[in-house]
Amino acid sequence: MLEIKNLRVAIEGKEILKGINLTVNKGEIHAIMGPNGSGKSTLAQVLAGRDEYEILEGEILFEGKNLIEMAPEVRAREGVFLAFQYPIEIPGVSNTNLLKNALNEIRKYRGLEPLDAMEFLTLVKSKMPIVEMRQELLSRSVNEAFSGGEKKKNEIFQMAVLEPKLAILDETDSGLDIDALRVVANGVNSIKTNDNAFIVVTHYQRLLDYIIPDFVHVLQNGKIIKSGTKELALELEEKGYDWLKEIEEELATK
Amino acid sequence: MNSNELLKNWYVTNFKTFEDNLNGESKSKFHQVRKDALSKFRELDFPTLKDEDWRYTNISPMLNYNFRQPARVKIKNEQIEKFLFDKKDFITLVFVNGYYDETLSSIPKEVKGLTIKNLSTAIKENFNITEKYLARFALYNTNIFTALSTAFLKEGAFILVEKNSVIEKPIQILYVTATGENVITNPRNLFVVEENAQVKIVEIHKSLEENLNFTNTVTEVIVDNNAVVEHIKLQDENLRSFHVSRLEVDLEKSSNYSSYNVSIGAAISRNDSNARFNDEGGECTLNGLYLTQGEQLVDNHTMIDHAKPHCNSHELYKGVMNDKSRAVFNGKVLVRKDAQKTNAFQENKNILLSEEAIVDTKPQLEIFADDVKCSHGATIGQLSKDALFYLRSRGFGEEFARTTLIYAFASDVVHSISIPEVRDRLEAMLAEKLLKQKETVSLITE
Ligand SMILES: Nc1ncnc2c1ncn2[C@@H]1O[C@H](COP(=O)(O)OP(=O)(O)OP(=O)(O)O)[C@@H](O)[C@H]1O
Ligand SMILES: [Mg+2]
Repeated sequence: MLEIKNLRVAIEGKEILKGINLTVNKGEIHAIMGPNGSGKSTLAQVLAGRDEYEILEGEILFEGKNLIEMAPEVRAREGVFLAFQYPIEIPGVSNTNLLKNALNEIRKYRGLEPLDAMEFLTLVKSKMPIVEMRQELLSRSVNEAFSGGEKKKNEIFQMAVLEPKLAILDETDSGLDIDALRVVANGVNSIKTNDNAFIVVTHYQRLLDYIIPDFVHVLQNGKIIKSGTKELALELEEKGYDWLKEIEEELATK
Repeated sequence: MNSNELLKNWYVTNFKTFEDNLNGESKSKFHQVRKDALSKFRELDFPTLKDEDWRYTNISPMLNYNFRQPARVKIKNEQIEKFLFDKKDFITLVFVNGYYDETLSSIPKEVKGLTIKNLSTAIKENFNITEKYLARFALYNTNIFTALSTAFLKEGAFILVEKNSVIEKPIQILYVTATGENVITNPRNLFVVEENAQVKIVEIHKSLEENLNFTNTVTEVIVDNNAVVEHIKLQDENLRSFHVSRLEVDLEKSSNYSSYNVSIGAAISRNDSNARFNDEGGECTLNGLYLTQGEQLVDNHTMIDHAKPHCNSHELYKGVMNDKSRAVFNGKVLVRKDAQKTNAFQENKNILLSEEAIVDTKPQLEIFADDVKCSHGATIGQLSKDALFYLRSRGFGEEFARTTLIYAFASDVVHSISIPEVRDRLEAMLAEKLLKQKETVSLITE
């Protein structure tokens, strides 16, 4: 589904991603862990198409198509979804309005008829229980006056409605209490099928108790320095990232 | 003789013809006011950039024309239907080229507590009221446009709401210019809302054709003790025209006045919106929205005079400017020495859609009392990149994401209008204006 080959990315002349290789197949969940500032959000934003970043080298293929050349909206319509680490507040645009237009733009791209108000409402209603979304939040402006947890839930709710093929969750668990975390994780698990895939960026093993990853990657200083299965996350929790320092140094000397 | 004098002479000469056509009315007591205003008009000069109040607003293009008195023309209801709200749900006054048109208007036979008529009729029939209020608030000795308006004062909307009366149906007043190039109209409104009475008024300015006209309008509003007035003004004249507007609001004890001032049309428009708290406990909202394109210039000057304690004022003016258009906002808040416990909030926010668009914004707070809460803020910016990216990452096309954000920004100003039809119409108008790609998308929040 997704193939990242030797991706090097800079912002303001500073190289942040220094050669990322990652392959995600459908049906898989990949966790990306790593210390602050290692480039996790950069990778997520680059996948979603943020254009402030400069691609120095490399390739990103999504279902065989060159993702780098696509505008952010085209990526969304193709089925890429980013749950933001810091969801944006948009005063004056209601959640309903955002979702309805997003959904219909995506449908139009795929040659489907737009949903009318009734159909849309039915769909939204059916997705609300997934993250225990409150009706009242829907009519409010996007993320405005939402608590931190509500913002994160809202990202997952949007994902549930838009049904992407590839969802990238950037620290959706950060700042959530254990109940909210469970709600978010359940949301992800109920959306998960054999045809879609997830990249879950997190600092904590805790989330991975609920969302079981097939692969865990450690991103440090702009490189994936180690990949493994879910046990790697446990090991990281126990030993911290310093334990991997040597590996990184080893890589650097190569 | 300089061009300023020549132009003034032109109007003075025209006044003679105007006076001749007044017939018997020129003998009335009120006519002295006109004559007095004309002499003030002669003494005053048209403002230039050297006048502090007109620093950013160059009106010299307006002074290139000898605007004529309008002809009476007959137009059909079909021609103006689209400008109006359903006459079934509104009390309707229509003025064509400044003249009251009885057939196009629609006033129910009797609405308890309401007197609504052409001002020129009211000057005869409601002399006590007009004598007391007309031209008493919009002083003409310092403002040449008000002097001009007062000299040529004849037609317009007269609304009197009697004590304790709540007028359920909103009132709409349409001023439409029809045939005739280089015509001046002087629409004049007097709204008197007595103690504990309530009314909602929508004032619409439109052009039927693409003629270059000049609208010079003055409105005086008296909001008596405990009365509530909502006043919406939509200026959507053609883009060649000039529009000068003055609003004077007198707020008495515990009264409440809100104004929504929407400017979309005209090549040059200037609104002076002034409110004065003449007693304690008043509430005043002045909201404004301007959308400009091409080389349009819109200038909003507001002034809130907190002359008495315990009053609240809220002011929100927003602008969206495209192309080479230009906007001026000058918001003066005066808190006088005795006006303790004043709350005054003012905000002016602008979005520039083009690098050539210009805003000059200036809050002007003059506070002489010590126990007050006042705040003001002005912002000029582009659309938020983060918000744009967020919408695009959800599938919104770039252009659609932009219009969605602009719409959200702008519609905020009209969102609190309490007449649903008016709010919806204004929101739809905004959406249509902003949305170049009118596709299946629905901008309006359900
Ligand atoms: N817009 C930007 N301008 C300049 N530097 C940036 C910008 N965005 C990110 N960076 C830098 O890139 C590096 C990687 O940042 P990124 O946000 O990708 O880290 P992260 O792994 O997501 O960290 P965290 O765990 O704290 O979220 C950091 O050093 C950061 O300061
Ligand atoms: Mg991050």
